[in-house]
Amino acid sequence: MAGVLRSETGKGLALSAPATLYVGLLVAVPLCILVAYSFWTQTYVEIDRKLTWANYQEAFTDPLVRHLMIRSVAIAGAVTLATVCLAYPIAYFIAFRTQKKTLWLLLITIPFWSSYLLRVFSWKLILGFNGVLNSALISLGLIQEPLTFLLYNEFAVVLTLAHAWAPFAILPIYVSLQKIDRSLLEAATDLGCSKLERFVRVTLPLTVPGIIAACLIIFIPTVGDYVTPALVGGSQGKMVANLIQVQFGAANNWPLGATLSLLAMLSVGCVAIVFVVAVTALGRRIR
Amino acid sequence: MTKVIRIPWLAVYAIAYLVFLYLPVLLLPLFSFNDGTIVAFPLKGFTLKWYAQLGQQDTLLQAMVNSLIVGSVTALMATSLGLFAARAYVRYRFAGRELSEGLVMLPLVIPGIIVASSMLVLFISIGLKPSLTTVILGHVFVALPFSVSIMKSAFDDFDQSLEEAAFDLGESVVGTFRRVTLPIVAPGIIASLLVTFTVSFDEFVLAFFLSGNSPTLPVYIWSQIRFPAKLPNTLALGSLLLLSSVLLLLIAEYFRRRSIQSSD
Repeated sequence: MAGVLRSETGKGLALSAPATLYVGLLVAVPLCILVAYSFWTQTYVEIDRKLTWANYQEAFTDPLVRHLMIRSVAIAGAVTLATVCLAYPIAYFIAFRTQKKTLWLLLITIPFWSSYLLRVFSWKLILGFNGVLNSALISLGLIQEPLTFLLYNEFAVVLTLAHAWAPFAILPIYVSLQKIDRSLLEAATDLGCSKLERFVRVTLPLTVPGIIAACLIIFIPTVGDYVTPALVGGSQGKMVANLIQVQFGAANNWPLGATLSLLAMLSVGCVAIVFVVAVTALGRRIR
Repeated sequence: MTKVIRIPWLAVYAIAYLVFLYLPVLLLPLFSFNDGTIVAFPLKGFTLKWYAQLGQQDTLLQAMVNSLIVGSVTALMATSLGLFAARAYVRYRFAGRELSEGLVMLPLVIPGIIVASSMLVLFISIGLKPSLTTVILGHVFVALPFSVSIMKSAFDDFDQSLEEAAFDLGESVVGTFRRVTLPIVAPGIIASLLVTFTVSFDEFVLAFFLSGNSPTLPVYIWSQIRFPAKLPNTLALGSLLLLSSVLLLLIAEYFRRRSIQSSD
């Protein structure tokens, strides 16, 4: 025993074991229980432990579930696209056009050290019917009536989340831009590339790893986001997480909630894998 | 000769983007001092009464105490686990290292609702009622990746020969760790404590599922958002929370940088 502990492997395993076990157990055990629950049924407070496909049948046949699942993936996709497109120019600016890189990186991360719940809440106040934006526009005389399309729809959800995820897109893209060997860019110019060509054929393909990282970091948690759709989504903007919460709360149907959690996880995994394969292939083709 | 003025579009965009980033964060403090109950322009006048009223709300103070307890215990647990794991990842090459590192980072990318629902199901199954304890267990899980990555960068630049020197001079393993390793990585530990505390202090979804009858501060705020009459108080409380998070993390950033510099 002492011999094992003195070896490199033994020491490494022993030191990392508590953290590994903690995370491993809290991932694996709940997952197994979730799977078990998804095959049970619930009547009021009683859990019926007879195995059945009923929850999966309900999840696949109920139009509401299908609708929310598709909408969650679609909104997460839109959020990912919007965040990455808005963030790319900023990452480019910090990497190539400014000397004060540390200052800019700090400026971009500071707002995100504040509570996520409060930032979403703040967007609700900004976009509301009698909210900050409408009242400001009316005071300035730019509009007569408050704009109603701002809050309680998909747009509000996408805008709020594109704000919430900003640094998670900027930082990985910035890192991949920063890594680009500047002599490659000079070579492209010397060989007669226009600025646009140089960007599309050299810079952009070299930042594909950063873009993939940003997309995954944003897409995966967004599919399961609860706070934003609940606060600014209204009835049009509800997502699957809101339905899951209802099953564990008011509806008190834990087995269905467990089934929905598992299905959400599966769909996120499938979309993410397809995405990585597709983008990697595309990146090779451009080059 | 007319001089062509080139507008630096990218810089203009960058400034506009900063406004977009800071707008929601600065809005809460601005309206928390506004002498009116609706959040709209024009501003009505300056007041501190919304802040003064906070001190009289017992449920709020209880939620604050709950959050402080959860945050402190989470910070201690996550940082201890992260300290040893990061040490192993940086110092030793062992079978399963990459697997372990990947696993420990996993909580960052699992959607919150899935972590929350699966933990609720787990704790109920093993007979653990929702309470501050279950919130802490959940928060350690989500805070651990932050602790591990901070501690890894603290150990990364750590000069191995200092430890070897201590050994050669007759210090024991524990003594070396306590008298050489620990003081050098101390700024990293402080940074990790502060960051994991803040992660826990701001976390909502897990606490919402796992806190039962003892709400943390974000859960309390969630319950207040529904009442328009409470809005100014919620703004004042939110502003204080924003300020404390940003301050704590700025201090953490200071220590994190010091931990990287000190080992050069």
